Amino acid sequence: MSTPAVAFEGVTVRFPTPAGGVQTVLRDISLEIADGTFVAIVGPSGCGKSTLLNVAAGLLMPPEGCARVFGEPVQGINRYATYLFQQDALLPWRTVLDNVRLGLVFRNVPAREATARAIRFIERVGLKGFEDRFPHQLSGGMRKRVAVAQSWIVDPRILLMDEPFGALDVQTRQIMENELLGLWQESRQTVLFITHDLEEAIALADRVVVISAGPAARIKGDYEVTLPRPRDVAEIRLNPEFMQLYKRIWSDLRDEVRQSYAAGNR
Amino acid sequence: MSAGESGGERVATTGRPPLSRSFVLTLQIGFFVVLMAAWEFAAATGKLDPFFFSRPSAIFLQMVKWIVSGFIWPHLATTLVEALLAFVIGTVFGVGCGLALARVELLARVFDPYIRILNALPRVILGPIFILWFGLGIASKVALAVTLVFFIVFFNTFQGIREVNPVVRDNARMLQASEQQLLRYVYLPSAMAWIFSSLHTSIGFALVGAVVGEYLGSARGIGYVVAQAEGVFDTTGVFAGLILTSAVVLLIDLGINRLERYLLRWRPGN
Repeated sequence: MSTPAVAFEGVTVRFPTPAGGVQTVLRDISLEIADGTFVAIVGPSGCGKSTLLNVAAGLLMPPEGCARVFGEPVQGINRYATYLFQQDALLPWRTVLDNVRLGLVFRNVPAREATARAIRFIERVGLKGFEDRFPHQLSGGMRKRVAVAQSWIVDPRILLMDEPFGALDVQTRQIMENELLGLWQESRQTVLFITHDLEEAIALADRVVVISAGPAARIKGDYEVTLPRPRDVAEIRLNPEFMQLYKRIWSDLRDEVRQSYAAGNR
Repeated sequence: MSAGESGGERVATTGRPPLSRSFVLTLQIGFFVVLMAAWEFAAATGKLDPFFFSRPSAIFLQMVKWIVSGFIWPHLATTLVEALLAFVIGTVFGVGCGLALARVELLARVFDPYIRILNALPRVILGPIFILWFGLGIASKVALAVTLVFFIVFFNTFQGIREVNPVVRDNARMLQASEQQLLRYVYLPSAMAWIFSSLHTSIGFALVGAVVGEYLGSARGIGYVVAQAEGVFDTTGVFAGLILTSAVVLLIDLGINRLERYLLRWRPGN
């Protein structure tokens, strides 16, 4: 097998607690993600999924273990990856066009080329005519499209996504999921997709990894999703194989969600 | 236009009648007229001694005379140049130091007590020392006003940079912004709202510093005019000088308002 796009090697993360103690959020996580696969990581809220993603992004240095991208240990910002956040991460003081070409500008792509590419990408995500708007003038779904374009236009080899559609309403969310799959179908980068929604995880991914309830979360299960592609996220949910898989993974996840709930998360 | 109507069609309201602009304006003007009339009346009937309190009509005539005769212009120009220089220098240093201390933890830790001490200092007292150091000319006034402007801008910039949304910052970092690009694309625009709110205060302080500096010792400027008037117990001249000063501040503030509206047009509600 070739070098994995992302590899976690014995990653343990601890945070100081407000009371002055130390809390272990992730314990000894080891996971390899093959290049070009779409992997979803599910777990109850508060289990440390986002922490794991931040380690891969290079935004967080674990005290033990490390993350590797294509074999290189992540030190500082991960240069192979872009990040799609759950919250609004666009520059509110820049227009849609400026926001989309941001990564190109930072990479010193000539202004004219950056603009031309941004305009093409804005059209691709269905926002033609909105180039001059500021983020606050757009709906939540449109802002998400801008964010997708912003992270995709630099052609990253790895896309890190932290519940990117968590704040959207159900209909908008399904549309966005389908658009995401459409974009991915063309370029097939490695995607690490964090969610607490198991249906979303199965509908999108090639592989679903279940993380246990925190504190000291571990990997609880690892499932291959062999559903045919291209997929439609609304239709695929009716597929008998989908439902079977859902039942299997849910039996794993259920205990964790209960435990998390009992511990006072949500 | 009455409440709940727009273009002939009724629109939803919150049930509370909105305050119309003209109504508020009428009250504002009314307040001024009543106040001035009371002052004028009290001065005319001897309830207020015009020697100590002057009277509105005399102050108004004095200002007209100054403006028509051209007497006030060189003084006003001097004060404005001083205030403007102080404003620019103080803002540049304030933003620069605010940036540096907000971005470099070590600097913030080391200089924190010194900045507190300097800020606690009653700066106006420094006026005579600055005159000693920089002479009776324009420099000593600029120096005094800078000490006032600097801290306002500094604290606001520092706070503005510290309050940058961490998600927006991390996103820019993931898109491979260099430290310099982060500054230009993330930190400074984010701090802009804070810096602007400090500009409103600091333009006033720049003028105060200049006028107080002139008052303490100079041969030109509004502060000099006020000091001269005071020297001959001319209360009318003192009031006229003060009112002119605040009128100028108000005009500059309007300009800043417009600039602010343009530069912060990305904000919801603008």
